[in-house]
Amino acid sequence: MNVLELKNISKRYGAIQALDNVSLAIAPGEVVGLMGDNGAGKSTLVKVIAGNFAPTSGDILVSDQKVAFHKPLDAQKAGIEVVYQDLAICNNLSAASNVFLGREPTRRIGPIKVVDYAFMRSKSAELFARLKSETRPRDLVHKMSGGQRQAVAIARTLLSDAKIVLMDEPTAAISVRQVAEVLNLIRQLSDHGISVVLISHRMPDVFEVADKVVVLRRGELVADKKASDSSPEEITGLITGAIEHA
Amino acid sequence: MATPTLAEVINRSQHHGLIARITSQQIFWVFMAAVFACLALTLLTDSFATERNLFNVTRNFAFVGIIALGMTAVIASGGIDLSVGSTLVISAMTVSVIMSAGMPFWLGCLAALGISLLVGAVNGVLIAYAGMPPFVVTLGMLSVARSLAMVLSDNKMIYEFGPDHDFLLWLGGGSTLGLPHPLIIMVILACLTAFAFRHLRWGQHLFAIGGNENAAVLTGIPVARIKVSVYMFSALMAGITGVLEVGWLGGVTTNLGQAMELTVIAAAVIGGANLAGGGGTAFGAVVGALLIEVIRNSLILLGISTFWQGTFVGSFIVIAVAFDRFRQRKS
Ligand SMILES: Nc1ncnc2c1ncn2[C@@H]1O[C@H](COP(=O)(O)OP(=O)(O)O)[C@@H](O)[C@H]1O
Ligand SMILES: [Mg+2]
Repeated sequence: MNVLELKNISKRYGAIQALDNVSLAIAPGEVVGLMGDNGAGKSTLVKVIAGNFAPTSGDILVSDQKVAFHKPLDAQKAGIEVVYQDLAICNNLSAASNVFLGREPTRRIGPIKVVDYAFMRSKSAELFARLKSETRPRDLVHKMSGGQRQAVAIARTLLSDAKIVLMDEPTAAISVRQVAEVLNLIRQLSDHGISVVLISHRMPDVFEVADKVVVLRRGELVADKKASDSSPEEITGLITGAIEHA
Repeated sequence: MATPTLAEVINRSQHHGLIARITSQQIFWVFMAAVFACLALTLLTDSFATERNLFNVTRNFAFVGIIALGMTAVIASGGIDLSVGSTLVISAMTVSVIMSAGMPFWLGCLAALGISLLVGAVNGVLIAYAGMPPFVVTLGMLSVARSLAMVLSDNKMIYEFGPDHDFLLWLGGGSTLGLPHPLIIMVILACLTAFAFRHLRWGQHLFAIGGNENAAVLTGIPVARIKVSVYMFSALMAGITGVLEVGWLGGVTTNLGQAMELTVIAAAVIGGANLAGGGGTAFGAVVGALLIEVIRNSLILLGISTFWQGTFVGSFIVIAVAFDRFRQRKS
């Protein structure tokens, strides 16, 4: 069974063919490194999967069922979560509040419903523990490292029983130590049976965590192979076009 | 009892170093400044610590404080409300016109608060749904609402309030157990606001919107609806103040609450509301209002021209913001 399968996905923006007949299958718990030069279509592919917009043609299957996403919420309900880099985190709130943002649990006191902070803290502590992150639920995100912020964003996906998590350039702007933290988080997700699509320009990161490497070049999928059967040199060649196809 | 784990100890030192935590808050220093100003005035003048003066100070401060609660909510959500002074006067005028026509207080009060909520709703809808900048919308409303108040009253002074005349004057100008009513009402509203900020989803969401509106949208928070409610809340606070202030003054003219928006914004900002959005507390709004009123009062008592007041209020806003910038750069 595949968590996600793309069949002949194409996406045009007017005259630009951003995705050209892309087919791809992702198994449960699989970590896919998605690579390609600027403008190759990586972000477009993520947006199609996340329901930001529909493909021009082609099919998306989730757990072998054909789906049509009209808005991001549809994809979310199907178990597809996106970790936006810094976009979906509020610096002025605590880690726990961020994990539960928009889905705060409440309990009744007489006629009014109050936010259940105790539950939010204990549940997010549990999620951070599951991710083996040292993030503390009560800390303000404002004071956190890039790695801890990622943990907050990723904990949110655990809250909603995601099947697959899409990460667009999570390691672009953070320090080496924090990169290691993020890669650990990805491994934790995978250990819990959640698939991850990791977009990254950093070859070592991809080879460190990915089971499979996929390369897009000018909208075409030119490689889809096990990381252990490939090498950074080969992938570089595929990205630039020095190697036509793998 | 089990021995605490390392994580617990670290946690405690982070969150329970009470003195360190308190002194790191801007509001603590503002509070100290207010206390210091009061002490200094008590020593320097014979007139500050008199019952009569304190009565006036507390009541004036309560009016600014109540509106500052609403302003804090707006500022924390990333907006600004310049129309509070005009909302105050349209509320005051509505209750006055209705009561002077012989209607009971409750009807006038209800109409006044209803009109105020309507003003807030118009602000909110234009900002949240039409996507217009809060500064522009509420600046327009500042002019519109005051002009409507003039139309409503034909720009006459009203000082006869029909059958419930005495009740209105008692409500705004009287006191219970030595405490002026506006002060009591401010304390109650401040507690309710603090509760809503901290314990309702509404509060969580408005701070989330102020912190990162994009994130709020992405996580499915009903951003537009919350924004409308925030401007309505601000207008309601101004409306309540309008009714109380008529009772205190015993009469109303259309210049009531003029230029009040700056004093209120200053109070909120001094109390820690972050003009960039995402920060502010109900307690801060009250303490900010206290400091401003004490300083205003001290100018009068020390025989300094009240013309200086604007200089203080304006400088305070700028200094408070500069202070905030400085702190952000440090961290
Ligand atoms: N909203 C859009 N409208 C028009 N063209 C777009 C849009 N988004 C992306 N493109 C184009 O589609 C191609 C793929 O872009 P993108 O998916 O962002 O690539 P990547 O993320 O790999 O850098 C590029 O040529 C880009 O200019
Ligand atoms: Mg991109």
